[in-house]
Amino acid sequence: MTAPAARIHVAHTSAPAPHHYTTLGLDSRKVAIWAFIGSECMLFVSLISTYLIYKGRSVVGPFPHETWTDPTTGHVLKPILNIPVTSASTFVLLMSSLFMVLALAAVQNKEKPKHSRGDRILGNSKLWLWMTAIAGTTFLGFQAFEFTSFVHEGLTIRTNLFGSSFFTLTGFHGAHVTAGVLWLVTLLAIDYRRGLGSRDSLLVDIAALYWHFVDVIWIVIFTLVYLIK
Amino acid sequence: MATTAISTPAYRGEYSGEQSGLWSWLSTVDHKRIGILYLYTALFFFMFGGVEALILRAQLGAPNQHLVSAEFYNQLFTMHGTTMIFLAIMPLSAAFFNFLIPLQIGARDVAFPRLNAFSYWVYLFGGIFITVPILFAVAPNGGWFGYAPLTTKPYSPGINIDFWVIGLQILGVSSLAAAFNFLTTIINLRAPGMTLMRMPMFTWMAFVVQFLLVLAFPVITIALVFLLFDRFFGTNFYNTVSAGADPLLWQHLFWIFGHPEVYILVLPAFGLVSEVLPTYSRKPLFGYPVMVYSGILIAALGFGVWAHHMFAVGMGPIADTFFGLTTMLIAIPTGVKIFNWIATMAQGAIRYTTSMLFGIGLVGLFTIGGISGIMHSSPPADLQQTDTYFIVAHFHYVLFGGSIMGIFAGIYHYFPKIQGRLMDEKLGKIHFWLTFIAMNLTFFPMHFSGMLGMPRRIYTYDAGQGWDLYNAMSTAGAMIFPIAMLIFIYNFFKSRKSGEIAGSNPWGAGTLEWSIPSPPPDYNFAKIPTVTSRYPLWEGKEVDHESARINSQEGKTAAELGIVMPYNTIKPLLVALGLIIMFCGLMTTPILIAAGAALLVFSLYSWLLSPLEPEHH
Repeated sequence: MTAPAARIHVAHTSAPAPHHYTTLGLDSRKVAIWAFIGSECMLFVSLISTYLIYKGRSVVGPFPHETWTDPTTGHVLKPILNIPVTSASTFVLLMSSLFMVLALAAVQNKEKPKHSRGDRILGNSKLWLWMTAIAGTTFLGFQAFEFTSFVHEGLTIRTNLFGSSFFTLTGFHGAHVTAGVLWLVTLLAIDYRRGLGSRDSLLVDIAALYWHFVDVIWIVIFTLVYLIK
Repeated sequence: MATTAISTPAYRGEYSGEQSGLWSWLSTVDHKRIGILYLYTALFFFMFGGVEALILRAQLGAPNQHLVSAEFYNQLFTMHGTTMIFLAIMPLSAAFFNFLIPLQIGARDVAFPRLNAFSYWVYLFGGIFITVPILFAVAPNGGWFGYAPLTTKPYSPGINIDFWVIGLQILGVSSLAAAFNFLTTIINLRAPGMTLMRMPMFTWMAFVVQFLLVLAFPVITIALVFLLFDRFFGTNFYNTVSAGADPLLWQHLFWIFGHPEVYILVLPAFGLVSEVLPTYSRKPLFGYPVMVYSGILIAALGFGVWAHHMFAVGMGPIADTFFGLTTMLIAIPTGVKIFNWIATMAQGAIRYTTSMLFGIGLVGLFTIGGISGIMHSSPPADLQQTDTYFIVAHFHYVLFGGSIMGIFAGIYHYFPKIQGRLMDEKLGKIHFWLTFIAMNLTFFPMHFSGMLGMPRRIYTYDAGQGWDLYNAMSTAGAMIFPIAMLIFIYNFFKSRKSGEIAGSNPWGAGTLEWSIPSPPPDYNFAKIPTVTSRYPLWEGKEVDHESARINSQEGKTAAELGIVMPYNTIKPLLVALGLIIMFCGLMTTPILIAAGAALLVFSLYSWLLSPLEPEHH
């Protein structure tokens, strides 16, 4: 049994890691989150494939990478994707994964003595959970900005195949980020209420796995949708 | 709740071991009781889908009949397929997953008992959601595979398809939650010594099926999301008319899910039969490792054959060849299984119990369905057969002759373990023979009506096309099913009340679930056994005698044995209810969405923040 060896009896505002025998010696929640992530891969594969299949098939603009002239009105619509802005939001999301790693490390090393100011900052789980959640929220802010500006420029989910598949794909990803932020806020609430310690590292661990997964998916989306013309 | 949890049972939903009363069923997290809930609910839906089929057959019994309108006929065949697949066969398999997997691998419960309860309640509510509309003649009417663009708003303007899209989405939540749970259970809760290659074959096939569920369901989820968005928000995913959408997008996405789904339906039955045949032949399963590998291979190839459902759309010679070949390849691992079952029985001390009869029935009837399947794996042949009754004959031999026969074999085999009493063998055999005759009389003539050109899904036909006799035979056969089912139901409830007491191992079977009392105590194993072989009860020298003695004791409670049991809780039901209310709101008013979301979030947090079981000491 490799579950946390010395469990301290503290009020559990979360489900305790049970001391049952497990075949792998891992907590079952860790196995389940991997199964979940496997399933989520197929979800995003379906969304991304549809986007790629419909790439270049829209009969009216705006288009992602090409200009389009409306044959009836003569309006010229510029390529709609704003790659510099999205690069910034991508950077923020990538940073959030770094913060997530630091948050997990802080929780895992909670009981280790802190000798320096640097140790104390690195060991501050609340700080890093906040940073991760804020970075995630910032990413969502960028997405809200992107979506509204697209609508102003004449691209809605109904406009064309690109609009339908783009908003659905990135919207699904945004919904996943939103769920992740809620998860982080929940962890923060537990941290404020009773303090997250190394015995809770699994709770943060599975949240981190999910968060990194959502981040990796964004890298795929950013590459396939924004960077490749 | 705080630190009081240590000394006193401070938590309200305390486990009481109570095994009766409505509340105990609503709040149960015991995998065996959830399995029983699945069994009863799925049998109900099985009969509901059966009644739909009877009306279909009555309508088709003779040419030019008008018992039901063409529109209602569409609803009937759509709901017959949807019900049988998503509400009957899959949940019947889930009943066995629930009841058997922890018992077969030597576990006290599944990995996530509350998630397990949640899966059941979502299934029940989703089943009601998708079934009720037919009572008001507004049921889904686009066929069980709901081809878009036919099912998009311009071509299906009513609310019928909305019920289907949302209903399947709900049922998908249930299937996925259950799949994560069972996958984790099989990976992580096996008793010491229960290596993968010692797992009973049913658990193995269940394991494979969970992978299929986990990987296939997200694809239909997305296909349905697109359809939902098209219908509700005016997106263009299936808008072929003005937006240039690909008319095959739905078909591809659906069948990437749909073909693995076929194996999701049949592999559990294969697993059950792989328990039944060795037991009544008094021989270990022939070629166990090959049975495992062929199951895995069937599942893996199952992801590469989806377009054989689409030969008629004209995908071109390369795609047709590829999918024709992969489809033919699947026959190899499937054939291996058939031969291994036969070799298991060969020279065995066979006992022809009802369960064994159904098991042998599967071997024979599934083979017929498999062979007709090979026939339309060839694109030119398929072009003659697609959308005819030949296809209907094929998949009923596979799904009735395979899945349902296997499930009945499982029910007769495991009834004593579930209820503690034996089913009546005499009535059981009558049930088997009536089912066997009805099955063949109904579906075999469909091969001929199909070959003579009778299309699927027509609500009536003119006389004199050579179809009359075959349709009359099919209808006559169909009318035998209700008699068989009534005998089964009578037998089931009579035996449940007054059947012969079974004892822990009435059939002399070899796997772990037969080492504990029938019905098993709530904690399953008083002492988690150590496993040293595939059939621990047959290889007495390897049995851990001490734990076997302890586990066969009856009447001890979990508390007396110092076993910590999970609390009963109503919260999974409430979360499921919140989910359903949200989806109902999607069809009616946003207020319901908000109310459902509030209930869902509140009960979900309450669930996640409350302990599963008392603190360990």
